[in-house]
Amino acid sequence: MDEAMTGIPLHAQLINLFAAVLLLLAFAMLAQRRVLSLVNLFAAQGVALGVSTAIVAFATNQPHLYASAALTFALKVALLPWLLHRLIRKLDVRWDVEGLINVPTTMLIGIVLVVFAFNLALPIAQLASTVTRATLGIAMASVMLSFLMMITRRKALPQVIGFLSMENGLFFAATSATYGMPMVVELGIALDVLVGMLILGVFFFQIREQFDSLDLQHFEKLKE
Amino acid sequence: MTLAGIASQLLQLAIALALAPLLVGWVNQCRAWLQNKSAPPLLLPYFTIRKLFVKDAVVADNASAIFRITPYVVFGAMCCAAAIVPSLATDLPFASAADAIALVGLFALARVFIALAAMDIGTAFGSLGARREMLVGFLAEPALLMVLFTASLISGSTSLPSIVDTLAHRELAIYPSLAFAGVAFTMVSLAENARIPVDNPATHLELTMIHEAMLLEYSARHLALMEWAAALKLFNYSCIGLALFCPYGIAAAESGFLALLGAAPVLIAKLAVGGFLLATIETLSAKMRIFRAPEFLGTAFLLAVLGMLVNQMLGS
Repeated sequence: MDEAMTGIPLHAQLINLFAAVLLLLAFAMLAQRRVLSLVNLFAAQGVALGVSTAIVAFATNQPHLYASAALTFALKVALLPWLLHRLIRKLDVRWDVEGLINVPTTMLIGIVLVVFAFNLALPIAQLASTVTRATLGIAMASVMLSFLMMITRRKALPQVIGFLSMENGLFFAATSATYGMPMVVELGIALDVLVGMLILGVFFFQIREQFDSLDLQHFEKLKE
Repeated sequence: MTLAGIASQLLQLAIALALAPLLVGWVNQCRAWLQNKSAPPLLLPYFTIRKLFVKDAVVADNASAIFRITPYVVFGAMCCAAAIVPSLATDLPFASAADAIALVGLFALARVFIALAAMDIGTAFGSLGARREMLVGFLAEPALLMVLFTASLISGSTSLPSIVDTLAHRELAIYPSLAFAGVAFTMVSLAENARIPVDNPATHLELTMIHEAMLLEYSARHLALMEWAAALKLFNYSCIGLALFCPYGIAAAESGFLALLGAAPVLIAKLAVGGFLLATIETLSAKMRIFRAPEFLGTAFLLAVLGMLVNQMLGS
């Protein structure tokens, strides 16, 4: 273990660190009850993702990853949180407290998911040749945690944040497994996320108009 | 067992006993500053302990032997812990007697005795405090063990001096797992030392007390020992934290007596910073409802487990 750890170059250690931070933030989001803090955590996750992408770009000398890091900062740290904050203000859901299952149970399920993801990633990571292969498991774990967050939330806004953070995890997985996707795909996904966010923003108002709340359980009842 | 080893062992124990009340005083002072209150004197805990030692002890009529021996047992356990945790040097002959797991056991021993003694008198507040203490304790203990295991996995040993040796005297490497363990450890030590998110050390309202409720029946030298033991516990936890997450400046086994003298100012500086951080955390957070404590400590446990998992994932 000793030699294994110290043998890793510094940039890989930093990437590992940011991967761990990403996972930590995913857990924090899972445990967070307040919508406002959730948005801030999402922005923090964007920062961790952007920095780690920039480090990978520097370490492997791939200029297109710089572009995607910049895209991450612009979109996930600045624009999307700003949009979300505006939505929260307009919808007046600042103090929404909710959750389908209680927090400790959710966290326990989260741990099981992490173990599952790590086991799943181990054979894949052994095949990969990138310096970042060890972080693949963490990327998969954070995708699954975001997925779990989408499942356990009742209100619309946290579900959307879960969706966005799942995209973070996917992005990180792509970076760690193959040093990022082609630029066209990355731009396409970024645009999709942005447009999706805008459309969902409009949807929220429609949902509230219709049901007087953003609780998605109302969807389960059919009207005539 | 060398002469230098015995010297460093004794010096470390003496420093722990002498500095523990100062650390409490420092934390209280920082907290007062941060909350815009006029700060109590830095040496107030010493004055309190001296005052209590000269007073006459009063013990409840129905107190059994457990109540009488508890202060000595608790104080002894904390002294043992102070002798095991490497705060000044790693060359500790006594530390080979107990490793990290036994250390957690020592804390558990003290906790069980405090709780038993609190129930022994039969007052309502005593048993209320004891029950709450056990609720916090049974959740905090596994989390603390997991934190120590994470450090053990990295260094390949559960003995605290060798953990510190491997963590401090080696090529600088970033351990993401230690970041998880650090957060978990902070949460556990807040709970274990009856600090703000879980318990309020400055409260006068018995219904919200945890630790203080168990000390209500003590007086004079018994109370002095309990207060001193509580200060030692805080000191020990701080030293464990420093040993695991900031082990630089602790004298190595082979370095001589001079290194030991050099390690003392470093330790004091680190403790001062740690105490300030503790006061900051206490100022920034509000006390939780008691039934939120399991959630808080459950999170700490999960973070520690996550640290171990990440260590397995990234280390291999």
